[in-house]
Amino acid sequence: MSEVKIEKLCKSYGPVEVLKDIDLTVEDGSFVVLVGPSGCGKSTLLRSIAGLEPVNSGNMTIGGRQVNDLPPAQREIAMVFQSYALYPHMDVYNNMAFGLKFAKTPKAEIDARVNEAARILQLDPLLKRRPRELSGGQRQRVAIGRAIVRKPQVFLFDEPLSNLDAALRINTRVEIAKLHKMLKATIVYVTHDQVEAMTLADKIVVMNKGRVEQAGKPLDLYYKPNNLFVAGFIGSPAMNFLPAVAKKSGVLELSDGQELKVKLPSACKPGDKVTLGCRPEHMTLGGTGMLKLNGMIDLIERLGESGFAHVRLPSGQSLVIEVRGDPGFRSGDAVNTSLEAKHLHLFDTLGHRIY
Amino acid sequence: MRKPASAIAVHGILILYTALALFPILLVIMNSFKARKAIFGAPLALPTPSTFSLIGYDKVFGDSSIVSYYLNSITVTGGTIFFTLLFGAMAAWALTEYKFRWNTLLALFLAVGIMVPIRLGSVSIIQLIVELNLINTLTALIFVYTAQNLPLSIFILSEFMAQIPKDLREAGRCDGLSEYNIFFYIVLPLIRPAMATVAVFTMIPVWNDLWFPLLLAPTGGKQTITLGIQQFLGQYITDWNAVLSALSTAIIPVLILYVIFSRQLIRGLTSGAVK
Repeated sequence: MSEVKIEKLCKSYGPVEVLKDIDLTVEDGSFVVLVGPSGCGKSTLLRSIAGLEPVNSGNMTIGGRQVNDLPPAQREIAMVFQSYALYPHMDVYNNMAFGLKFAKTPKAEIDARVNEAARILQLDPLLKRRPRELSGGQRQRVAIGRAIVRKPQVFLFDEPLSNLDAALRINTRVEIAKLHKMLKATIVYVTHDQVEAMTLADKIVVMNKGRVEQAGKPLDLYYKPNNLFVAGFIGSPAMNFLPAVAKKSGVLELSDGQELKVKLPSACKPGDKVTLGCRPEHMTLGGTGMLKLNGMIDLIERLGESGFAHVRLPSGQSLVIEVRGDPGFRSGDAVNTSLEAKHLHLFDTLGHRIY
Repeated sequence: MRKPASAIAVHGILILYTALALFPILLVIMNSFKARKAIFGAPLALPTPSTFSLIGYDKVFGDSSIVSYYLNSITVTGGTIFFTLLFGAMAAWALTEYKFRWNTLLALFLAVGIMVPIRLGSVSIIQLIVELNLINTLTALIFVYTAQNLPLSIFILSEFMAQIPKDLREAGRCDGLSEYNIFFYIVLPLIRPAMATVAVFTMIPVWNDLWFPLLLAPTGGKQTITLGIQQFLGQYITDWNAVLSALSTAIIPVLILYVIFSRQLIRGLTSGAVK
C-alpha cells in the first residue's frame, strides 16, 4: 500500500503563505495531477511531499507511515525533476545506480534493476553515454529510469515534459501513461499544461493561490466545475463567461439587455448578480437552439477540421465558439449564437457554482 | 576574420611580452651550465664546449641538505594546496548552500581576508607559532599558507558552486546521499576546473615565498628551497654556479604541478562547453 495522505498542510515563506490548509489523498496506484497557474504552490506541494521543503504545520503519511520529519531518502519517494537533474559527470548506468550504491544494495541487484529499467525505457544502447551526449527525450527517460530503479512507493514528477518539444512531449506523455499502467505505481505529477492533466490523471487537483480549488476526476472537473476558477482553468479555449442579472423566474438579463430563458435554481432570487458560463464547444453559430444571443463575428481561426469563431456581443464582450467544418460565415457577419441549455453553468458573485 | 595588420600587431605584442617574461628564466638556465668565469665574461652567451660546466649542479646535488630543502618545499606546497582546496571547498559549499544566521557576515569577513595582506600580521603570527611550539617546522608554514590562501579560494569556489543547479543537490538528497556525500561525489567533481585554478593560484606564491620560511622555519633543516639557496649567497662571495643551478632545478617541480593542473583546467572547460 502506498497511499499518500496530506492533512491540513500549511507552509509559508516569512509572511507569505504559499500553501494553506491543503487536504489531499492520493490513493494507492493512482495517478494524481496537480495543476494550476504558475505560483499557485503546486511545485511547493510536490517538494513538500518529497521532503525537500520543510512545512509549517500539518500531517503527511506515505503508505500509512508518518513522514513529516523524515529526510527525502527515507520517505521512499523518487522524484523526476523538470531539469532532469542528471549527474553530468556520470554515465547513464551510474546515474541510475548512484542512489542504490549508497543504499549498499548488492552489486548483482543493482545490475538487475538498472538493466530492467533500461529495458523498459529502451535505454540499453545508451548505458555508457554521458548525459551531455543524450537528446532531451533520452535524458528524460534516464531521469525516469533513475526513479524506477529505486522502487519507490510514490513517484513525484515536477513538470517533466516542459523542456521537450511539442512532438516529443506527446510521445513521452503516452509513454508515461503506459508506464503507469505497467508499474501500477502511485504517481503525483505537477504540470501547468491541462492537456497533460486531462489525459494522464485519475484525479486532477486544481490549485490556486496556495489552495486546492477542486479535486476530482478529469471529466467531473470539466462538466461540473465547483467555481469560476476551475471552470476557467480546465478546458481550452477557456469557458466563456457573461455577467448577468437574474430577473423574474427563469430569465437572465445580460449587460447589453439581451435576455436568456434559463431554468434558474431556487437559490437564485430576482436581482441577484450571477456569471453565466458556457464552453466554446457547447455553442453553435446560427443554430436553432432555444437560447440565442446576437453578435457579430470578429474573426474566425481555422485549425483544419474545426475552428474558433470570435463573436462580439453588443455589450462589447467577446465569445469564443467552436465551429466544425465550414461555418458559412465570414468576419463582419451578424450572427445568432445558440447555447446548449444542459451545458450552461451559473456562478454566484463569490464565484461558487450555483447551477 | 581579423585584418592581417592587426593580427600581426597582436602577435607582435604577445611575442614581445613572452620574450620579456622568458628572458630572465632563459638567462638563469643558460648560465647555470657555464663555468664561473664565463658567467661573468659573457653573461648573454650560450654555453659552448669550452665554457660548459656542471659544477653548479654537482655542488647542489652533492649537498644533501639542498635535496631535503627541495622535499621541504614540495611538502609545504603540496600540503598547502591540499588543505586550501579541502577547507576552501567545504567553506565555500557551506556559505553557498546553507542559509544560517551569520552567513553574510562570515562571507564578508572572509572577503576582508583577501584585502588585508597577511604579512601585516607577521609579528603576531611569530608569537602564535612560538606559543604553539611549531617554530622550525613545516607544519607552521602549511598552517600560515593555508590561512593566507583560504579567503581567495573560498571566494572563487563559491562563485562556481553557485552555478551548480539546485536540482542536482536535491536529486542527490532524494537518492539518499548524506550532505558529505553530496559534497564529495556531486559537488567536487563538478567544480574540478575551479579547483585547478585555485591550485595554480595557491601553488606559485607559496613555492616562491621567502618571507615566512625566513621567519618561521629559518634553521633546523626545515628551510624551503628558496631559503636554502641563500646559503650560497654570501656577504663577500656568492657561488653563482650553485645559485643558478639551484634556481633552475627549482623550476621543475612547480612546472610539473602546473602541467597537471592546467590540463585538468582545460579538460574541465571544454567538457562544460560542448553540450
